[in-house]
Amino acid sequence: MSPEFSEKTRKKIDEIVARYPQKQAAILPLLHIAQQEFGCISPDSEKRIADILGVKPIRVREVLTFYTMLNREPVGKYHIQVCSNLSCSLLGAEKLIDYLKEKLGIEPGQTTKDGKFTLSLVECLGACEQAPCIMVNFDYFGNLDKKKIDKILDGLK
Amino acid sequence: MKEKILSQHFGLKNFYQIDEYLKEGGYRAVQKSLQMKPDEILEEVKKANLRGRGGAGFPAGIKWGFVPKVDKPKYLCVNADEGEPGTFKDRYLMSHNPHLLLEGIIIASFCVGIHSAYIYIRGEYEAIALRLEGAIAEAQEKGFLGKNILKSGFDLDVIVHRGAGAYICGEETALLESLEGKRGNPRLKPPFPASVGLFNCPTVINNVETVSNIPLIILNGADWFVRKGLPKDGGTRIFGVSGMVEKPGIYELPIGTSLKDIIFKHAGGMKKGKKLKAVIPGGMSAPVLKADEIDIKMDFESLVEAGSMLGSAAIIVIDTGTSMLDVLKAVTKFYSHESCGQCTPCRIGTSWIDKIVRRMAEGKGSKKDIDNILRLASNILGKTLCPLGDAAAMPIMSITKKFRKELESRL
Repeated sequence: MSPEFSEKTRKKIDEIVARYPQKQAAILPLLHIAQQEFGCISPDSEKRIADILGVKPIRVREVLTFYTMLNREPVGKYHIQVCSNLSCSLLGAEKLIDYLKEKLGIEPGQTTKDGKFTLSLVECLGACEQAPCIMVNFDYFGNLDKKKIDKILDGLK
Repeated sequence: MKEKILSQHFGLKNFYQIDEYLKEGGYRAVQKSLQMKPDEILEEVKKANLRGRGGAGFPAGIKWGFVPKVDKPKYLCVNADEGEPGTFKDRYLMSHNPHLLLEGIIIASFCVGIHSAYIYIRGEYEAIALRLEGAIAEAQEKGFLGKNILKSGFDLDVIVHRGAGAYICGEETALLESLEGKRGNPRLKPPFPASVGLFNCPTVINNVETVSNIPLIILNGADWFVRKGLPKDGGTRIFGVSGMVEKPGIYELPIGTSLKDIIFKHAGGMKKGKKLKAVIPGGMSAPVLKADEIDIKMDFESLVEAGSMLGSAAIIVIDTGTSMLDVLKAVTKFYSHESCGQCTPCRIGTSWIDKIVRRMAEGKGSKKDIDNILRLASNILGKTLCPLGDAAAMPIMSITKKFRKELESRL
């Protein structure tokens, strides 16, 4: 079994569950918490969430597999998500993606051997005025070119 | 610019904090509303002709009026999923002016008799979700949220609920499913959410920008609001401009401002050396306009007449150096990825078209491809439970028809 939620997290979970008239509504918030705490969501975490909420584990699996931001496999310390939608494509997202592939030596969907970076292509991030843009973990970076990518990656230790 | 109402305080230091917000007259609308009768508020919002800012443009007052007076809990869901490609206005509203949104939530809830409101925000906007939670805590501390708000006897809790990366959850019934802890598969309508919504209870679902307009209507009156826009379509819109323009960004302007002016006067025109080829005027779902079709007013009716739609008022500007096959590829890739898979025409249709377009982009297209794309898209249009099917078919068909010659030259 993977580790249990910490005591602090358990308290937070209780608070969250109390926000909804039906416990099942807390599945998504709890999946976010599990991912935050353990990096990705293991079958053990799914089971724990199901137990806490008193729902069948399949209910949790159904939700988990629907949403692209939830990871069932570990990702790197820095998850680089590149917008490949229209506004970003118009302003050179493709070149940026090629540059990142070359620089990190991985294809989208892969993680570097040292576990530091995962590269993903995503749809619109809602920052089209800063196209082309990327999200690293939860931080947005926009108006990017190769030089700025270099600077961002150098800053990620 | 004097037209600005929602964004007039953008740029003021720490305006997102309640003390600064109060200094600028914040929460006066809530104070005024709590002394009004709910029906008076409803009448004012109806008179203002405030149409939904999320995409469909349904009048907010009429939506609220559909909520039955039954002895059941009622809910408000604020749609902050903002997934329509090209759209980023709500991000600005929530990060610069979170208390305006909260005021709108309080007034809407008081009007309809709601005691629990949820803000469903896309998962990527984590920083904004934290800002909203901060604003909620501040409002609670000052007595604007929680029990017995400003000693009026009215109670309201607001909860921020994070999505996790699914465009479909911006569709109102998928949003409800998602909030209930399920996959974001849209529901069959009717029943409409106003009568059977969240947790099977009557529910109002409004976009962030729609709700943010409410306090301004209450403070300044419906007539003032209508004068800011058009008689049947009151207020301003926050136009988001992206793509090949000099100054991409948000521009709050009266509804009915010309698309040409938005691009060439406000957004600084085309990037240096670039020439206009096409514009998507209302988020990616909106049918494309050619360069000679942009002398048009940006309001719901004018765009419908032009064969497109105002949608989320997100304007994507495309230049002559961009191949429409690449544009089509971005469109089909998006919808095939985001189709929830529930309805066969959309699930199969979008991925089939996507395969054809990718093949064309690889230089392996065949003569039949264009007609096949049109045939498949027309088999999605109007044949799905939710509007995602139409949202996919409309831009695909318009790009294919209007730029057919260019696409054929790539076969």
